[in-house]
Amino acid sequence: MSSSTPASASPERRPAPEPPRHRALGRLKRSRLALIGLAIVGLTALVGLLAPLVVTADPVAMDFGALLEGPSRAHPLGTDQFGRDVLARLVWGARLSVTIGAVAVALALVVGVPIGALSGYAGGAIDNVLMRCMDALLAFPALLLALGLVAIMGPGSTSTTLAIGVVYTPGVARLTRGVVLAERPQEYVQAAHALGQRDRWVLLRHIMPNCVSALVVQASVNFANAMVIEAGLSFLGIGTPPPTASWGLMLNEARAFMSSALHVAIVPGVAISLAVLGWNLLGDGLRDALDPRLTE
Amino acid sequence: MRVTSYLGGRLLGAIPMLFLMSLVVFAIVYLIPGDPVDAMLGQDAERSAREALRRELGLDQPLWRQYVGWLGRVAQGDLGRSIRAQQPVRDLIVEKLPATLLLTTSAALIALLIAFPAGIIAAVKRNTIVDLLAMVGALLGVSIPSFWSGIMLIMVFALTLGWLPAMGYVRPTTDPMAALRYLILPALTLGSVMAGSVTRQVRAQLLQELGRDYVRTARSKGLREFGVVVRHAVRNSLIPAVTVLGVQFSVLLGGAVITEQIFAWPGVGQLAVNAIVNRDYPVLQGVILTIALLVTLVNLAVDALYVVLDPRLRLS
Repeated sequence: MSSSTPASASPERRPAPEPPRHRALGRLKRSRLALIGLAIVGLTALVGLLAPLVVTADPVAMDFGALLEGPSRAHPLGTDQFGRDVLARLVWGARLSVTIGAVAVALALVVGVPIGALSGYAGGAIDNVLMRCMDALLAFPALLLALGLVAIMGPGSTSTTLAIGVVYTPGVARLTRGVVLAERPQEYVQAAHALGQRDRWVLLRHIMPNCVSALVVQASVNFANAMVIEAGLSFLGIGTPPPTASWGLMLNEARAFMSSALHVAIVPGVAISLAVLGWNLLGDGLRDALDPRLTE
Repeated sequence: MRVTSYLGGRLLGAIPMLFLMSLVVFAIVYLIPGDPVDAMLGQDAERSAREALRRELGLDQPLWRQYVGWLGRVAQGDLGRSIRAQQPVRDLIVEKLPATLLLTTSAALIALLIAFPAGIIAAVKRNTIVDLLAMVGALLGVSIPSFWSGIMLIMVFALTLGWLPAMGYVRPTTDPMAALRYLILPALTLGSVMAGSVTRQVRAQLLQELGRDYVRTARSKGLREFGVVVRHAVRNSLIPAVTVLGVQFSVLLGGAVITEQIFAWPGVGQLAVNAIVNRDYPVLQGVILTIALLVTLVNLAVDALYVVLDPRLRLS
């Protein structure tokens, strides 16, 4: 869980005081696991972003003369049951996974942060109503809520993205509210009020920057989970519809052929596990580097 | 006195939440764009069938009355009728729920049996190869999605080694030994994610406890390390670990949807997926509502357990 080195925790060996942000960056750089995570995450994102340049093969082009073939020069990771190039599907699957993850996480932040900030800052009835609504959403298992929402909107990448965004909104709102509640009684906030600054200004300029660390950590964990839910929904056949290349869909289709062509089940599984591992490692590293409770 | 008022408060607090949850579940049918009857029966269904379903769902009434009527029926245990199976949704859920509960509780048991020893050993042997192995294992457990670990387990233990059946379900009341053989792979698949995350939590929590003054006192008065760890530190680190059980149960019930699909396990998760594919919305509503209720109940139970475990809540 915590990969901070013992040296950074012992007071006598600590270097001269630095700005907190530099210290956090330094800790992140020293954590080898976090850097591995960052490398995996960066690589997945890059491959996804540059998909058309990384592979030339068409991810949905079928070739019935080359069904379930093993790795070859023409198909480095072999072909699937329709003769489609597995490497191409893997790369385009990365693009889909990263895109859905990023948009869903951004959506949860865009909706959740204002709700949480308003709730924590306004308090009273507004807080009560907003938080009860968030709790009601949190009471549903994430995957099941996503399932229900996709059922409402109909299968597809857009509805999957929206559903995952909604699923992670309450967590973001709760987290933001917690930080705002903790900061509101602080002296610097009172001082800002005493200087006659407006509520909105105090909230945006003084309180919200304190939420950033916690939100960054939460976002990286959410990203990992969003990728799992996207693949899970596609695996169940209610996320991304065929023939689009999605890691979950690839795994679902591979089940029928895994005894004759193991590579079609291994390739997407390794890809999704590695990508999720990358985000988890990065999340751990960020938590160690940014979470003020762990700094001492 | 304090305990009962605390728990009473929690119970009262659950009421508005249940109300809001019911709104979310109700919305599943009524938020479908276009005509829900079209969505469920298809556009070329017979007029009489469409009218009958419209009346059954109460779609000819104003929205608030539809909701009140639906809530009233749900409160009496009437979850409506399945459009495909032509059976009360409640009967379907009652039939499938035991399989899901068997799967989730077994998964939780496996997870705890792995996670507690692994987390404790990792914390005690901090920064050794044992710790590293436990942490790498935990991280893999958290990161490998169940739909892949399940497939790989089937590949290895069912198709290659032939030790266990690849999929299916046997009622424990019919043949306990066979039921166990069918249960192992799905429970392991579902439990691995929880095992990973609980191992990490136990280790982190125990490390925190081991750094406290009372542990130093216990050591300095000459207690053996085993006694210090097990009798003092582990006991205190258990309390926060219990609070995550509610969250974990929710995650397990969500994960069961996928695990049931991989292993052809006839539980409510499979019921929900089939309901989506068949556009059988009353069934989907029923399953989601049932699971959300279960999660809420478990969370209340965890709150109660927390009071039992933490004397500060009782005595202060």
